[in-house]
Amino acid sequence: MSIQTPLETIDAVLARNLDNPTRLIQILREIQEALGWLSPEVLAIVARGIRLPLARVKGVAGFYSFFHTQPMGRYRVLWSDNVTDRMLGSTDLMSEMCKKLWLEPGRVSEDGLASVATTSCTGMCDQGPAILVNYRAITRLNSQRVTHIVDLIRSNTPLTDWPTEFFQIDDNIRRRDILLGNSIQRGDALRSATQQSPLAILEEIKRSSLRGRGGAGFSTGLKLEACRNARGSGSNPEHYVICNADEGEPGTFKDRVLLTTQADLVFEGMTVAAYVVGARRGFLYLRGEYRYLLDSLEAVLSRRRADRLLGHNILEKDGFDFDIEIHLGAGAYICGEESALIESLEGKRGIPRIRPPFPVTHGYLNQPTSVNNVETLAAAALISVKGGDWFRTIGTAKSSGTKVLSISGDCDRPGIYEYPFGVTVAEVLADCGAELSKTQAVQISGPSGICISAEEFKRRIGFEDLPTAGAFMVFNTQRDMFEVAHNFSHFFAHESCGFCTPCRVGTTLLKNCMDKIEAGHGSEYDINEIFKINRLLQTASHCGLGHTACNPMFDTLQKFKPAYERRLKSLAFEPAFDLDETLSQARQMTGRDDAAAHLESNAEENS
Amino acid sequence: MSLVDNSTSISFLIDGEEIPFVKGQSILQAALAAGKYIPHLCYHPEFKPNGSCKLCTVKINGRPGASCITQAEAGLSVESDTPEINDKRRTLLQMLLVEGNHFCPSCEKSGNCMLQALAYDLGVMSPHFPQIFPVRLVDASHSDILLDFNRCILCEICVRASDEVDHKNVFAFSGRGITKHLIVNAESGRLADTDFLATDKAAQVCPVGVILPKRMGFTIPIGRRKFDERPISEQMEKVADAAGIAIRESSP
Amino acid sequence: MNKKIKVATTSLAGCFGCHMSFLDIDERLLELLELIEFDRSPLTDIKICGPCDVGIIEGGVCNAENVHVLREFRKNCKILVAIGACAINGGLPAQRNQLDLRDILEEVYHTSVGLAQGSDIPNDPELPLPLNKVHPIHEVVKIDYFLPGCPPPADAIWKFLTDLIAGRTPKLGHGLLHYD
Repeated sequence: MSIQTPLETIDAVLARNLDNPTRLIQILREIQEALGWLSPEVLAIVARGIRLPLARVKGVAGFYSFFHTQPMGRYRVLWSDNVTDRMLGSTDLMSEMCKKLWLEPGRVSEDGLASVATTSCTGMCDQGPAILVNYRAITRLNSQRVTHIVDLIRSNTPLTDWPTEFFQIDDNIRRRDILLGNSIQRGDALRSATQQSPLAILEEIKRSSLRGRGGAGFSTGLKLEACRNARGSGSNPEHYVICNADEGEPGTFKDRVLLTTQADLVFEGMTVAAYVVGARRGFLYLRGEYRYLLDSLEAVLSRRRADRLLGHNILEKDGFDFDIEIHLGAGAYICGEESALIESLEGKRGIPRIRPPFPVTHGYLNQPTSVNNVETLAAAALISVKGGDWFRTIGTAKSSGTKVLSISGDCDRPGIYEYPFGVTVAEVLADCGAELSKTQAVQISGPSGICISAEEFKRRIGFEDLPTAGAFMVFNTQRDMFEVAHNFSHFFAHESCGFCTPCRVGTTLLKNCMDKIEAGHGSEYDINEIFKINRLLQTASHCGLGHTACNPMFDTLQKFKPAYERRLKSLAFEPAFDLDETLSQARQMTGRDDAAAHLESNAEENS
Repeated sequence: MSLVDNSTSISFLIDGEEIPFVKGQSILQAALAAGKYIPHLCYHPEFKPNGSCKLCTVKINGRPGASCITQAEAGLSVESDTPEINDKRRTLLQMLLVEGNHFCPSCEKSGNCMLQALAYDLGVMSPHFPQIFPVRLVDASHSDILLDFNRCILCEICVRASDEVDHKNVFAFSGRGITKHLIVNAESGRLADTDFLATDKAAQVCPVGVILPKRMGFTIPIGRRKFDERPISEQMEKVADAAGIAIRESSP
Repeated sequence: MNKKIKVATTSLAGCFGCHMSFLDIDERLLELLELIEFDRSPLTDIKICGPCDVGIIEGGVCNAENVHVLREFRKNCKILVAIGACAINGGLPAQRNQLDLRDILEEVYHTSVGLAQGSDIPNDPELPLPLNKVHPIHEVVKIDYFLPGCPPPADAIWKFLTDLIAGRTPKLGHGLLHYD
């Protein structure tokens, strides 16, 4: 095999992607995988190749966390920074790694060998602390593993030669129900669907009362129906089906397990949806953190094509053509929002669109598009086989079926639990081995969800009470709930897309406020500021990220206020910055350390 | 009993005032056309609405929404000029003021700046929040135009003008969240290395002091500038919007 | 009601321009002096602020001494007013915030052209140390009112003070509210 020059590599990637600007995210990822980073020259060649203005290409490269327009070292180590990783010791382990590699977090080592930084939750909360090395997931970090990894990096060992157990990712399925315990054979759902008319199967899905599993809970039947009824526009009208596997909500990892263990069922659900809406193309939008799943998922797709479950005249049904492409994300939580996801699929910055119009009428390439969660589509496949009435017998009146929970945090058995809707938080806690008397809070549905305290553990999972996308993070009484909210405030500031003023600036002001309280410089004034910013974000933000960015602070201030109060310096007002620290550079430059070379941030003097 | 003939005239209410509209108009467009001012920064009548600054947020039948991206509908009841909404607008302006480096005394756009004028009109007395003081650069490479990114409010008007009118795509955004920033379409990133001209639409539309023509900063002295004369809310001039509908609008 | 209102004023990292604009209220000063008396202020040369009704601060916070003076005012004044662009957002001095203080000191005292032989960064304990960054005063203490302008025009200062003295919430309105 001859070694390609960078230019040949770029040309090959562009050719493979047909110079198609809607594939820009894939093009940049593939080039970066080969070349390590995206230099200005590379971006210029790509821009010419796909005939986009260079600034647009730069803008896309600059939007996604996983794209680098600076060299980041031959080994790029990213520590998952969810609060559950922290609870498992990630902060100390990361410092240990930095110390051993002689580098500062976020900086590339002098020799260009490695860089170490943090990233948003990588979806390995049940087996953390987790890292990504050159975007390959490694779990269960401990001191020994850190030492081993440092040795491998220093000896320049290619990732392919690292111990395979490092990359082992467990499913940890602890409770199965209709979905995870199904005995459906590949093709069953599709055979059942194609024996009926698309309208009949749509009726079946409507009858099931299936609601979206991504958190919002919109009726899946109505969504598919609206998409089916919408007319495609332009010279090339089409309908599209998109499976949203951009599982970015910290604490959520059930889609990873569904795609590992039930990939056929998920693809089958997509195909059933395509049959209903009349789509010929579908996309699986897979978060970049799950890059390691790509090859196995592609293999599943190939097998399905070979078995005539995808492609032309599926199951010999004339005119039923459908195929699926997998697009990888590149580190942007906002792309879990359906219209931002579509923008990303079109090769753009992941900015939520102005709605209405909604994707069901104006989605991918402005055509009618149904965007559904992984779990929703798997459930749709089940319904296709077993019927809507059967499905509705499971769960509660307004929440039919089951919910797959991703459980992490302070419990003996973290992992995947599937329950019929209506289960209480207390039952779930008992099953996962979290002692009720020692559990002070559960964060339901991640940072954008709700934090519930012990007196609420009788509440039930379901759209009537506690809707959830699946995250279930358990905190015992030893945990500092301020730290939990503090971690989440950093998450939102990092993931805000920057489109609208309130979210762009507000999430950073919130983060700064929480940093100030964390450092012991806060006051009641800062708490009031959090409430003030919360009110604005609720009213004026463009999308759900902004609307929910204050939830963790709001909930913990309501339910765990002493966790804040014990950090407050005074009840009145404290400076916005560390006064003594701000003399540090002058002290360093003058060599002074006398009393006048210090400032006390002292509340009495300040009164 | 209504004296309005509904077959020829449709309308909705803003703060109790009847606002007629043409189908397809946004609430903001209809309001401006009727001489009812709603504060806004990222809206420009000649380009597609953007909906990002959120200054034009109003309550529509009790629910908050940006009026520039919400279609006018007969019978809507809209609240705009209320203490509660204006308080939120002040907070948004304060966020923009601390996000960038806005030093009005040394800015040649002072007096013609929409951010400043809106802040005056709404009585913003201080930036309130801790200053972020981002490090941003100035691009003086172009012979006729200065770019001072310190004052950018990310309204996207220049991006849209350069795309929709000039067909040059000189500007775009990079970064994300608080690091989002305006970039220039050249490998060097410098304006001099683009085909940008002082006569381009994009050179005329910056509502703040980012895109400035060189050598004319003080031809009109401070104190005798547009918003020194009258508040922004009282200066709506007749222009046609993108759809060709005559509306009144204030743009410096 | 004939007790006069006590007012203190000072300039931190400012240029005294706001004070000059205050003097521009001209003969109205006499009217004002019927109602107020000055405590610490450049006009009285009183060095330490006593208990006051109103404190008026010009300029931002750029060094350790500014912090001490500002705290002294906050401790002694019932109402604290930030006057002028520098007090309110750091103003001109804050434009050094784009640079690292260490680089500034290095260049000013070590590497710039024309320095005397042996020039070094002054380290006399008598001199207040500069802060890493210049800050508006509301980031250091709670501020009750803001009067923007560079400087605020005399009429704005007059309107503001007469409102305040009369017990009205000060309102400037068009023409008097200016950031430049």
